[in-house]
Amino acid sequence: MTGQTPPPVLEMRDVTKTYMIRRGIFSPKQPLHAVNGISLKINKGDVLGLVGESGCGKSTLAKILLGLELPTAGEIFIDGETAHQSGDRKAISRRIQPIFQDPYSSLNPRKTIGAIVSLPLRVHQVGDPSTWRKAVEDILDIVGLPRRVYDSYPNQLSGGQRQRVAIARALIMKPEIVICDEPTSALDVSVQSQILNLLMDLREELNLTYVLISHNLAVVEHIATKVAVMYLGRIVEETGTDKLFEAARHPYTSALLSSVLTPEPGLGVPDSGLGIAFPNPINPPSGCTFHPRCAKAFGPCSVDQPPVIQDADGRVECHLYA
Amino acid sequence: MSAVLEVTGLTVDIPVPTGDLHAVRGIDFSVNKGETLCIVGESGCGKSLTSLSIMGLLPKRAKINAAKMEFTGTDLLSLNERELAAIRGNRMAMIFQEPMTSLNPAYTIGNQLMEPYLRHKKSSDKEARERAIYLLERVGITAAASRLSQYPHQLSGGLRQRVMIAMALMCDPELIIADEPTTALDVTIQAQILHLLAELRKEFNSALILITHDLGVVARVADKVAVMYAGKIVEAGSVSEIFNQPLHPYTQGLIDCIPVPGKTARGSRLGSIPGIVPTLIGDIKGCSFRNRCGFAHDACEMKDPFHTLSPGRGYRCTLDVSTCEANAKELVSA
Repeated sequence: MTGQTPPPVLEMRDVTKTYMIRRGIFSPKQPLHAVNGISLKINKGDVLGLVGESGCGKSTLAKILLGLELPTAGEIFIDGETAHQSGDRKAISRRIQPIFQDPYSSLNPRKTIGAIVSLPLRVHQVGDPSTWRKAVEDILDIVGLPRRVYDSYPNQLSGGQRQRVAIARALIMKPEIVICDEPTSALDVSVQSQILNLLMDLREELNLTYVLISHNLAVVEHIATKVAVMYLGRIVEETGTDKLFEAARHPYTSALLSSVLTPEPGLGVPDSGLGIAFPNPINPPSGCTFHPRCAKAFGPCSVDQPPVIQDADGRVECHLYA
Repeated sequence: MSAVLEVTGLTVDIPVPTGDLHAVRGIDFSVNKGETLCIVGESGCGKSLTSLSIMGLLPKRAKINAAKMEFTGTDLLSLNERELAAIRGNRMAMIFQEPMTSLNPAYTIGNQLMEPYLRHKKSSDKEARERAIYLLERVGITAAASRLSQYPHQLSGGLRQRVMIAMALMCDPELIIADEPTTALDVTIQAQILHLLAELRKEFNSALILITHDLGVVARVADKVAVMYAGKIVEAGSVSEIFNQPLHPYTQGLIDCIPVPGKTARGSRLGSIPGIVPTLIGDIKGCSFRNRCGFAHDACEMKDPFHTLSPGRGYRCTLDVSTCEANAKELVSA
């Protein structure tokens, strides 16, 4: 790239989301740090894979990015401009759109496909209503749906077709960033690969940036350009996809990777050595929050917060590399 | 080795307003003591109905037929509801997909764990309690005794699934059927649960039928594999045969669909199977995969012969073995 580097298309600085949770009717409210100081930069055309176990805060982060939740602290920039602080959801939704996990529940069963896909145009009053049908048909072409589904209802479509509708709805506003929250996990294997192929094609054609939230690490490895691993509201490791899958540094990342069941017969089921206890997020462990499950934990892990190590290989939060 | 379960010619038909839905269309399989059979296929292929028909849990309007459905020598179809109830949960047990919905929210874990034992083994409360605690410990749950008085909502998804497994093992069953036991769970928990299931299966020497759509799970857990498509078994074989030499175009397609870390080039196009599963209502002729198959030809409209290559190994296709083997070679080496 020549000249000045453009600002990252999406940047988060110390984003925190704290919920106040009451555990019983007489007990005082306690803070739950769902997202706890996350800083991330995503460049145009990147596919950021966001991985971690349920409850690690990845969906909260997605909600914050979509403007559905306001961060308690921290700032978010799109192309160098702030948008989220004002809570102006409309402004955000022009540039960031979601694709959700389950195309069976994310589409209104009482609306036609045409109405579902054109809704963003109506909400944002884009152009003349007479042009909307054309716009919807164009986007249906792009996602590989026949134009005749315009007047169909979701229940007349297969799972893969519904997910294409969800993609069409996300793309009709020509967003820069698409947040894909488990886009293929509700789909059959043969359909999953079609949707992944489509997402990769669209990224190239429309110059999109993706945030891909998935627990399927094989999918993440296949399409992500960089990966952020979340644990209890923090990003514990962030690096390029190659680096992460070849030489993961954080013990949690290694444990996640070793849990992946690749279709290679004879290898048996791996034992990640993690134990079962995902800690209580209201009362997180002291020091490094991962230390009770970590096979490599030593002295400082249970006492001090791990340092953030940022170098050529990416970013990792672990005492091992201090 | 004696077969714990032997099924031949199993069909399940469900009457719908427009005719009969032929959900399972004549399948044969067997599973031996200490063996794991994986039934793999996509939604709607009939794999779950197959497991429900073994357990005798099909909806009333479903019509079931089989040339043979023997559980340790007993014909399951000839049993009445009372006789079946004596076997179910006792000598064969099922682990369902959603631990969230298959545990009763109104009863404690202890209550639900002890129920089958009290009922089938006519044991004392104390014995049942001890057995429940022993099994909760075996499935890796800490503070097992205090868990007995907890309700399902107090446990995480992974713990609930462990409770389901413990419950299935209460009466030391000869056959365990697990229907997508890890689909709702995180990868880390999935690996732990499957690890546990494999270990316990070895220890208790029961037969395990695992129903899944995840080829990663199949590869790591199965001894034998049956691939189902549109109500029929399209390919059967040992796990290494299925993955190293998949013969049926559908099996080949499935294997080509999934990215394999370190093998599939990053960002490359994944294989896909175009089209959708055909309707199974009314008369079906020929191979039901033909409209999605790259090798389809005229003969496929009339027949779908099953070629048995050796006991337990075969495939259902009009193509001859050498053609299928050549296709498999191309896929596996690619």
